[in-house]
Amino acid sequence: MATAFWSVNVIQHPRCERPSIASRKPSSAFLGSTLKLRFNPPSRSNFGFSETLRKSSPISAISDVFEEKKQKSASSSSSLLITKEEGLEVYEDMVLGRCFEDMCAQMYYRGKMFGFVHLYNGQEAVSTGFIKLLKKEDCVVSTYRDHVHALSKGVPAREVMSELFGKTTGCCRGQGGSMHMFSKEHNVLGGFAFIGEGIPVATGAAFTSKYRKEALNEADCDHVTLAFFGDGTCNNGQFYECLNMAALWKLPIVFVVENNLWAIGMSHLRSTSDPEIWKKGPAFGMPGVHVDGMDVLKVREVAKEAIGRARRGEGPTLVECETYRFRGHSLADPDELRDPTEKAHYAARDPITALKKYMIENNLAKEGEFKAIDKKIDEIVEDSVEFADESPQPSRSQLLENVFADPKGFGIGPDGRYRCEDPKFTEGTAHV
Amino acid sequence: MLSIVRRKVFDGSFTAAALGQSLQRIRPAIAAARSYSSAIKEMTVRDALNSALDEEMSADPKVFLMGEEVGEYQGAYKISKGLLEKYGPERVLDTPITEAGFTGIGVGAAYYGLRPVVEFMTFNFSMQAIDHIINSAAKSNYMSAGQISVPIVFRGPNGAAAGVGAQHSHCYAAWYAACPGLKVLAPYSSEDARGLLKAAIRDPDPVVFLENELLYGESFPVSAEVLDSSFCLPIGKAKIEKEGKDVTITAFSKMVGLALKAAEILAKEGISAEIINLRSIRPLDRATINASVRKTNRLVTVEEGFPQHGVGAEICTSVIEESFGYLDSPVERIAGADVPMPYAANLERSAVPQIEDIVRAAKRACYRAVPMAATA
Repeated sequence: MATAFWSVNVIQHPRCERPSIASRKPSSAFLGSTLKLRFNPPSRSNFGFSETLRKSSPISAISDVFEEKKQKSASSSSSLLITKEEGLEVYEDMVLGRCFEDMCAQMYYRGKMFGFVHLYNGQEAVSTGFIKLLKKEDCVVSTYRDHVHALSKGVPAREVMSELFGKTTGCCRGQGGSMHMFSKEHNVLGGFAFIGEGIPVATGAAFTSKYRKEALNEADCDHVTLAFFGDGTCNNGQFYECLNMAALWKLPIVFVVENNLWAIGMSHLRSTSDPEIWKKGPAFGMPGVHVDGMDVLKVREVAKEAIGRARRGEGPTLVECETYRFRGHSLADPDELRDPTEKAHYAARDPITALKKYMIENNLAKEGEFKAIDKKIDEIVEDSVEFADESPQPSRSQLLENVFADPKGFGIGPDGRYRCEDPKFTEGTAHV
Repeated sequence: MLSIVRRKVFDGSFTAAALGQSLQRIRPAIAAARSYSSAIKEMTVRDALNSALDEEMSADPKVFLMGEEVGEYQGAYKISKGLLEKYGPERVLDTPITEAGFTGIGVGAAYYGLRPVVEFMTFNFSMQAIDHIINSAAKSNYMSAGQISVPIVFRGPNGAAAGVGAQHSHCYAAWYAACPGLKVLAPYSSEDARGLLKAAIRDPDPVVFLENELLYGESFPVSAEVLDSSFCLPIGKAKIEKEGKDVTITAFSKMVGLALKAAEILAKEGISAEIINLRSIRPLDRATINASVRKTNRLVTVEEGFPQHGVGAEICTSVIEESFGYLDSPVERIAGADVPMPYAANLERSAVPQIEDIVRAAKRACYRAVPMAATA
């Protein structure tokens, strides 16, 4: 029965090293590798801000910043965490993500979408919580699970859907695909298939912000970069290399770990010696924070602080969001290894229903407004599917386009002129 | 260490104008001894690279250099000497020993608008970062349909040095040249080094710039035009170092020097060899190579790297595809021995092409010697 699991987290786990554990409620859900228990749910699922902070260990000296905030909000617990407008904006963004991904699944099973498709259902709070606080010039770098990051950042649903269908009207003209969403206009710098690959790229974008400020003397350049990646990536060497360099050079970046406990079929606990990822931040000299990633308001609070730090030039932050993906790793994954009870537990913590409940209980909005938003999003997603359906596939001549920014890179043809000067070159008839 | 050769007699041609010239002129042998010439200066490859970096960094503030030991150590091979004092630590970055990380950072900076020059202490270390060179740099312009271009240069010494063992002597020309989206350059002389590095830094695409450690100290004559700060060589054009009519010998990087010496020896025996300095491995200047083979009807390709799937293999196929009817003899392919580089000096000498190998191959191509079994 489900409640049996809830009571267990009160036990002081032998692996736990925190000195004052007896005086605090047990915090983190990831207390090591008991074989029976594959997960440790948190004690409550309400929206109290204090939940977040108990999960930050005293080991991280810098998270005292968060401790201070805790005192403030505990005393003014009657003040709400979000205004009505912000709440509805956040709700709309999460519903867009959810609806879009559900539509992707439908389209995949109908054969309109193909290849590798990785859906984000259940993790919307992380994407919305962070990205909605960014400006247009700030950058987002993601992994293959990037549809919702692109949508939250502002890439139109039509363009993302077309890209998934492989049509020429997609955000990358059908050349990238599900795993490679790029948008220069909205500063979405990818979409990478290799886990860990996006982290150095994000660190480079943050480096550019700092370079612009210091070497190019653009004093108001305070662009922040967010790097999203998963729990499996946190065992990869590039992650540590970048934590080191970001802290060393105080780059304006936030490393956001979407810890959904599973890397395809490999449980986080089976693959990681110390499963508490937030602890790895202080080892490199940056704050490490653990937050409940199923709760968009908590994520938003932490995000505000982390993004603020980066903007002020105080350096990077590592934020571990405990979250969960409701579907399998990809649409080709039968998802047999995960415990149904675990799935049910997280389904009960669906971020969208939770936000809705919070807003209704606090009289911020009425049921009807949510229904209207749901309907609006449904229409947007349907429209994007229609648009994608009707869009043309790329023409054959597009095959050789965009390989280089300077197409002289294709070299000199047999007639002694640069190949790209031959008008037939990109019609697919030229000798490749 | 191979002795540094001072080029007293310059028997070759050099380009009259920087860009777009397809005609090469031959100058008769010029005595370029320093005491006599005032118009023609000599410059080492090291100074050529240093001056090219310096000029490009001062021309465009978005250009910056990063790599191990490029700053305070003045460069592992002193290529970036003086740059830290001149441009400061924001633009000349000493990185920790984390190739994957800092290469990725360079690529990310290029995505977002800067023009990094990433130095690898040797290209062997680039294997730790090859994911970023291929997957995040080379393929990004395509995957993003032209939105994200990556104006980055990856440079460093490539290929065999002297006595550095198997893990420090690998040639990566064929590896990188196989990947679409990259441009791969291999300079030989100081003029090549200056012109191609400037072109690479100004290029909006990722460029892999393969230098050679043993060439850094060699001096070559450079004209006033080469010393001008706007000097640039076109990417994708090979240079005919010496014209000939009996056999075409293609080479790049250090092997060009050996090929030129082999040509002198062959000339004494009545074989006139045409030496092509490839300069650009990707894109390969197939037009020049094929035009030359159609003239001479014989081809010898020379490279230092491993033979299988190497640059010579690609040139051979290109010639067969386009000029098969013009070949009077099978294409001869000279490459490094198909073994990891040995350490012992005598073994190392036999693992890398020598002048005699090139001469022998040219003679075989001209049917002037009994064909031998292919040497390792």
